Amino acid sequence: MRKGLRVGAPLVPAVLALGASFGVLARASHFGATAAIVMSATTFAGSSQVAAASVLGAGGGIVAAVVAALLLNTRYAPIGITVAHAFRGRRARRLAEAQLVVDESWALAGGGTARFDRHVMLGVGAGLWFAWVGGTAVGALLGGVVSDPSAFGLDGAFAALFLALLVTQLGSRRAVAAAAGGATIAAVLTPLTPPGVPIIAATAAVVAGWRRA
Amino acid sequence: MSAAWATVIAVGVGTVALKAVGPVGVADRQLPPRLASLLAMVGPAILAALVVSEAFAHGRALVVDARLAGVGAGALAVLARAPLWVVVVAGALATAGVRLLR
Repeated sequence: MRKGLRVGAPLVPAVLALGASFGVLARASHFGATAAIVMSATTFAGSSQVAAASVLGAGGGIVAAVVAALLLNTRYAPIGITVAHAFRGRRARRLAEAQLVVDESWALAGGGTARFDRHVMLGVGAGLWFAWVGGTAVGALLGGVVSDPSAFGLDGAFAALFLALLVTQLGSRRAVAAAAGGATIAAVLTPLTPPGVPIIAATAAVVAGWRRA
Repeated sequence: MSAAWATVIAVGVGTVALKAVGPVGVADRQLPPRLASLLAMVGPAILAALVVSEAFAHGRALVVDARLAGVGAGALAVLARAPLWVVVVAGALATAGVRLLR
């Protein structure tokens, strides 16, 4: 767990800043500060929260906001299945620990590979949870201080992070084929489907290079 | 109840359930080897899709903007076998730098 906190530490400033920007956005979309903070603590999935707040802020209804957010989080079903075997103990404990699975904690802990380390995932996830909730509180309470997080290049930093994590998983020809397929599906579907769908559909690329054993 | 609170509760309950599918729903059950072999490829497929969406997606449009510089700088750092935090910082600096210049 301590190792996980250390591994996740470089991401903490970025997640704090993103949390703050969500807090600001949520206030602008008529969320109370408490609602914004509760959402970060319970949902703990950045892109879906941003999507829900933007849809409500743009005048979309509750249903549209919820569907957009849950589509983005549907990927946590396949992601969770890849690491299901690593969880221990009673259902309540598994349920609680499962909430710390986010893209970054899953990938940094070796998610999708045989060397997945649950303790690293929990450490990274816990560190990022505090950063995300704390950042949200700062943004929601002080709104307007962090006007535009993209000015710090954080969006580009996350793209670079996922690229670096992807490279560690390209150990076989099949993995390269799956990655190429996933990227292609995401690129083709982005203009055609609501946000979130391209990433779920990309999991279809797992059949790339697959042969009957 | 306000629209914001209704959304917070619905998204929260739904997300908790989605995150529980693997660790609670599947848990220790042994998966058939062929399914396990397919699941091993979920990582590369989803990470590649995340790179595309973080680097090029803007709502429903694909755009080339300063984020590409961030990905490029990150790729160079990966090639140089730099630690992960260097990759992240290089990505942020390159993205922010290009934005400042434009």
